Amino acid sequence: MTNDIAGIKKADVILIIGSDTSAAHPVIAARIKQAVREGKSRLIVIDPKKIVMADYAEIYASQRPGSDVAVMNCMMQEILRNGWEDKEYIENRLEGFDEFKAEIMQDKYSPENVEILSGIKAETLRAIAKLFGQAKVASLFYAMGITQHTTGRDNVWTTANLQMICGNLGVDGGGVNPLRGQSNVQGACDMGGLPNVYPGYQAVTVAANQEKFEKAWNCKLDNKVGITITEMIDGAYDGTVKAMYVMGENPFLSDPDQTHVIAAFEKVDFMVVQDMFITETAEYADVILPAAAYAEKCGHFTNTERRVQRINKIIDPPEGVKTDWEIIQLIANAMGSDWNYQCAEDICKEINALTPSYGGITWERVGRYGLQWPCPNEEHPGTPYLHKGKFARGKGLLSPIAFKEPDELPDEEYPLILTTGRVLQQFHTGTMSRKTQGLNNLAGPMVMISVEDAESMGISNSEVVMIATRRGEITAPAFVTKRQRKGVIYIPFHYKESPANRLTNPAIDPIAKIPEYKVCAAKVKKTK
Amino acid sequence: MIVYLNGKAYEAFPGEQVLQVALRNNVYIPHLCFHEKTGKAAKCRACVVEIEGMPGLKTSCNVPVTNEMRVTTNSQQVLEAQRLVIDLILSSGQHDCLSCEQNGNCELQDAAYYLGIKKPSFQLYDNDYTIDDSSEFISVDRSRCINCGRCIVGCNQTVVNEVLNWGNRGFDTKIVFDTDLPMGSSTCVQCGECVQLCPVGCIIDKRSIGSGRTWELDKVETICPYCGVGCRLEVHVDRKHDKIVRITGVEDAPTNNGMLCVKGRYGFDFVQSSERITTPLIKENGKFREAGWEEAIGLVASKFNAIKKEFGSDSIVGLASAKVTNEENFVFQKLLRKEVGTNNVDHCARL
Repeated sequence: MTNDIAGIKKADVILIIGSDTSAAHPVIAARIKQAVREGKSRLIVIDPKKIVMADYAEIYASQRPGSDVAVMNCMMQEILRNGWEDKEYIENRLEGFDEFKAEIMQDKYSPENVEILSGIKAETLRAIAKLFGQAKVASLFYAMGITQHTTGRDNVWTTANLQMICGNLGVDGGGVNPLRGQSNVQGACDMGGLPNVYPGYQAVTVAANQEKFEKAWNCKLDNKVGITITEMIDGAYDGTVKAMYVMGENPFLSDPDQTHVIAAFEKVDFMVVQDMFITETAEYADVILPAAAYAEKCGHFTNTERRVQRINKIIDPPEGVKTDWEIIQLIANAMGSDWNYQCAEDICKEINALTPSYGGITWERVGRYGLQWPCPNEEHPGTPYLHKGKFARGKGLLSPIAFKEPDELPDEEYPLILTTGRVLQQFHTGTMSRKTQGLNNLAGPMVMISVEDAESMGISNSEVVMIATRRGEITAPAFVTKRQRKGVIYIPFHYKESPANRLTNPAIDPIAKIPEYKVCAAKVKKTK
Repeated sequence: MIVYLNGKAYEAFPGEQVLQVALRNNVYIPHLCFHEKTGKAAKCRACVVEIEGMPGLKTSCNVPVTNEMRVTTNSQQVLEAQRLVIDLILSSGQHDCLSCEQNGNCELQDAAYYLGIKKPSFQLYDNDYTIDDSSEFISVDRSRCINCGRCIVGCNQTVVNEVLNWGNRGFDTKIVFDTDLPMGSSTCVQCGECVQLCPVGCIIDKRSIGSGRTWELDKVETICPYCGVGCRLEVHVDRKHDKIVRITGVEDAPTNNGMLCVKGRYGFDFVQSSERITTPLIKENGKFREAGWEEAIGLVASKFNAIKKEFGSDSIVGLASAKVTNEENFVFQKLLRKEVGTNNVDHCARL
């Protein structure tokens, strides 16, 4: 998030697009609902499914999955046509406006034309643009509904364009606010768990960064960008990847096109899985290393608003189990190195020294409330919201983004759109949440089908149906609901017995390399 | 501004209620319906005090402070009035501390103890309520309810799930879920905000019943392991049995302000699951066998070194984790970059 959780109540208008907030981020959803209830904010929800947050919205619109760029470009066209943009902000803080405007003002983004593309009525598009464009401060929240597309990067850039022309970036209560889905996904990115950057987003291709880490670690480093998770699976499949080391992840259920993933696991020469459990992925491992749970160690998690917070050791790990960092150090030393961390605090010191945005977030300073990066030194109070007064790169760059269709569209054989996501009571691949029986009792596998589609196929509630795509087929009980959009089905991906990712399309965004979990062509058949 | 409580001066801030100034300065006034988060309600009448210049007794939770205000919280008249209020509450419904899960963590018990009430003086109208344990994680015993309304305010104004409300009138007034449905059949999402706000033993965590009294449990704060909001938790641990008993939200946390969701509050079984692996496993002939750490680490390191030598560093890849700490992710990428010699490190941020 460019902004912070406390700022939610400072927005006059909040737009949620591509986030089932009350299911995936319930406490942030509560904050947004509070702001609406207290009359502080007016809410717009754009989501294919009529999510719970839509019940709190002044305007709710259901777009065809994958039409987000068209919808937001249309909003911007209306905003520019009516002069609701922040002209001073555009003049002083942004660049690339003319090129951007030339794209946006094209007839294809008129409300009437976007109604055809998105299924949202032209008058609703105009009302959304008016409410959002006229707001003094508007914030935008999104999650994987924006990113998990072959146009994921375009979608994200479009949210930024929208917030920039409205002057909502670098403003308390505004911002582009992606909601991060896992306890430390932000920290894993910040710490360089990415193929192109060292900790603190220092590019591996920049010589100065390479030298800095070579000096600190007293070694030679590679300046070539590594491969992403989807490319790793492909590499294992085609034999260029010989060994995989998987720490606390379960690609068996989380990666697209499960059949391909399994084939890759079977082919790779040597696979190490480090986890609390024998996960579905670990079944394919050559070695499994037992790791401690969050409650059995200390360290830091970084949350969605960039707040670095301490996790504390509550109980001892079971006998025989080690913390992840201890295991990694053992491997490093067995490979011939000489690491000598005595505790997590030692590693924290190295993070402070090598990661500029974490420079002031020391073990001693974090405290009960944490600190938000960037926090470059020990006098710095942390940064609740980014881009205040000036963008990180100087001027904010507006980029003309053209609408593109998803990779796989419905056709005669596969007439429905399948989209995947989470439910409130389960988490990711279920490794943690499914160990609590009460949660399983509350939420099992399902496929959400619109009343119209269910009626036309003669499917009743709870009836087990078969769902198929070009990649494979699964069965799941039908959940027939008015909340689902006609022509679209939704399957949560938590369940190994009904693995949604056996069905999903592995097509990826060319730059972000994120798979298109939110759109693929599918069909539903009765099983009896 | 200055406010005098029982003759002693305290600093107060505009907008504060008398009760808030007292509580902030550790001057106890019995109170049941007021909670910092749900605010003033002036329903229970337990917080009555004398305020100079005002007639009669005033509920301190809804009198805003003014400069030089003089408040008495412990005169005979005040204590007698408070005693009668608490006595009447104790006389209605079942408030038998011995059998109550909240014994030692009950605000009604605290008030009765403070006022020296030994047993209820009256025998009032009692509704014959059965315990509603239809929900997975929460149990509701309306015979212990004191109709303070905190849970209703919390459900509607804090988490804004809009499930709890008042039903019926007069002596039959009770808290209801939706249209008086059993909790498990209602639209309740079991976030447990009502559990956290309940001052007595009416709405409680079902799964921790009988697992330890509050004074027997050690409480440690940490961060929730589920989504990226980073809610601050307090984990209640039974040290005698080394067992996690309960999780509550931390009220003053900037991220969650005491709120949690059903996973964060109740989904902690995985930590102490019997399915945890406790020894390294090595696959031989398609089957896993237990191995010592030295053997397992030795095998991993020698394989990595051999593959690196034969096929080059880039033939090895690592998936870091969105569920482990910053420190652990840092050393993971360091292992791949420094020891293996590749930038082939990624994690499921994309997934």
